[in-house]
Amino acid sequence: MKLVRWFVLLAYLALAAAPLAWMALSSLKRRDDTIAPHAKFLPASSAVDDSASPWFEATLAAYRDLGAVHAGAQESFLGHLGSSVVIGLLSTVASVALGTCCAYGFSRFRVPGAKDWLFFVLSTRFLPPLAVVVPVLIMYRALDLQGTHLGLIVLYTVFNLSLAVWLMKGFLDEIPRAFEEAALVDGYSRGQAFLRVVLPEARTGMAVTAVFCLISAWNEYGFAMTLNSSGAVTVPAYFAGLQGNIEGMPWPQIAAGALVFVAPITVFTVLVRKSLLRGMTFGTIKQ
Amino acid sequence: MSFLQLEKLRKVWPGGAVAVNGVELAVARGEFVVLLGPSGCGKTTTLRMVAGLELPSGGTIRLDGRDITRLPASERDIGMVFQFYALYPHLTVAENIAFPLECAGVPRAERLALARALAERLELTALLERRPRALSGGDQQRVALARAMARKPAVWLMDEPLGTLDSARRAEMCDFLRAQQLEHGVATVYVTHDQDEAMRLADRIVVMSAGEILQVGPPHEVYDEPAGLFVARFVGSPGMNLLEARSTGRALELAGARAALHFAREVAPGNVVLGLRPEYVRLAASGVLTGRVALDAFMGSHRYVHVETPAGRVVALASIDAPSAQGEQVGLEFDLRGVRLFDPASGSRIA
Ligand SMILES: Nc1ncnc2c1ncn2[C@@H]1O[C@H](COP(=O)(O)OP(=O)(O)O)[C@@H](O)[C@H]1O
Ligand SMILES: [Mg+2]
Repeated sequence: MKLVRWFVLLAYLALAAAPLAWMALSSLKRRDDTIAPHAKFLPASSAVDDSASPWFEATLAAYRDLGAVHAGAQESFLGHLGSSVVIGLLSTVASVALGTCCAYGFSRFRVPGAKDWLFFVLSTRFLPPLAVVVPVLIMYRALDLQGTHLGLIVLYTVFNLSLAVWLMKGFLDEIPRAFEEAALVDGYSRGQAFLRVVLPEARTGMAVTAVFCLISAWNEYGFAMTLNSSGAVTVPAYFAGLQGNIEGMPWPQIAAGALVFVAPITVFTVLVRKSLLRGMTFGTIKQ
Repeated sequence: MSFLQLEKLRKVWPGGAVAVNGVELAVARGEFVVLLGPSGCGKTTTLRMVAGLELPSGGTIRLDGRDITRLPASERDIGMVFQFYALYPHLTVAENIAFPLECAGVPRAERLALARALAERLELTALLERRPRALSGGDQQRVALARAMARKPAVWLMDEPLGTLDSARRAEMCDFLRAQQLEHGVATVYVTHDQDEAMRLADRIVVMSAGEILQVGPPHEVYDEPAGLFVARFVGSPGMNLLEARSTGRALELAGARAALHFAREVAPGNVVLGLRPEYVRLAASGVLTGRVALDAFMGSHRYVHVETPAGRVVALASIDAPSAQGEQVGLEFDLRGVRLFDPASGSRIA
């Protein structure tokens, strides 16, 4: 039984990790090695003069090159990473903050038609986001938001808000009202009680919600491509934009950049992993 | 003019269930009032309406002459101990106790010093840096008490604040609480389902049942002169002996009694319930009633002997010497000064 489990897990690991491993290998190659007719999958410390050999010379040149501007792009990878960070973080902060406030209202006060409102909030997710890309494009053009950080921040905030409201409502419902009531009786206003007593208890829930919002904003591609192809370009759109440039795809730099790009999300997710599991069970399922 | 006044206070839950039904109560400045009643009778709901955590469905609450019925909780100047403690989980014990003082604008050093002093009196010093999660139920309850006592508000509201303490601790805390209350003269409404606690603490006891007040009075009055069968049964442990009897106008007939009991006052003929506290029942070689000993409960300074008689079970207070054996036949002598009569249909007091 145990053997079977190990076998299944290892097989899955190999399947899931293979692309990442290949990317990691590619990031250590020179460009010629990435497009060689014979696959080169073994790193070596010095060059091998045989085109059929699986060995290639490992180098960190691609990582050193992350600051370089490639043909057809206006900024280096690091510049675009900056845009991704600004847009991802600010939209996440906004979604979690607005979502928490909204969920608190639904959780603690009797809102007429609360169920319908919550369903409406959720229903904004029913439509595939890309279905509204054209109207959004027209609006953004009129508002001069195309190619700006603010444009994508607002867009991602709105798209993530419904998820944030639902997740946070689940977490806030789990926090006994008695804590706030004690604070109210002690003389604190509703707002102070929320800030001083409820928020510290909701930290885990907010971290979980933030992970979900950040992942979706960080990896978003469709809107980033259509709205921000010429300014405030995020990393996913930047990689796509390198296609067809006259120098050919800089594969080692793309591989290195992609690894750097997934690193922060991975670290963040691992940090809140325990809470994520809790969030999945009582944040969403027990609504 | 009373300090805290509840007028025709009502609470009806959204489903239509009536939790509090026309409660009338006046608490004087510095008075210690205990709401006593079985669980579910609306004590907590009444307290929460006074605190401003629940909006009454009807009636008025006045504090010092001012109508506070719709005033937010934070503007009422109240100190409250919650039934389930409600300690702030992210704060240490010291910070919990000091929290109400922060809102009152007391500087940090002074707050913590005050918390420390209170903790010392409540024997919580060793726990000051712990979080509530790492405390036993009894310890949490004492922290909740300390937090409520940190400030000297207009009113203290306490919802079964000693419920989870062991009996020795509870007696000790009762005395501490009463001493503090007397020292600071803060009007207090205290909720409990434990009649011993109520007797020990109260200036006046308010007996509640099913959302209504049945009787209000000082402990001895509630004990000696119960207004009805419910109070007679609920107050005192063991409660009052209640026996079915027949009044013939001049005398009371009891099933299995050797002779009719001559009651001092004339009572309308018919069925009555005869109530008699155990201290008015004496074991005797031959008495009005005889029966078999069902249980002999040793209480330390005295015993309660439960006797099965033809008229029903009767509990007698006895001294600790010469305990009776279970199954033994004994006689019971009644002291008629202790007899209270109730109407079996309505449960109300007749005489
Ligand atoms: N929030 C609530 N919603 C509906 N019913 C409630 C609520 N709180 C209490 N009740 C009901 O009101 C009645 C009185 O409750 P409570 O005041 O807590 O009684 P006690 O404190 O005397 O035990 C009970 O029947 C209880 O089930
Ligand atoms: Mg209660």
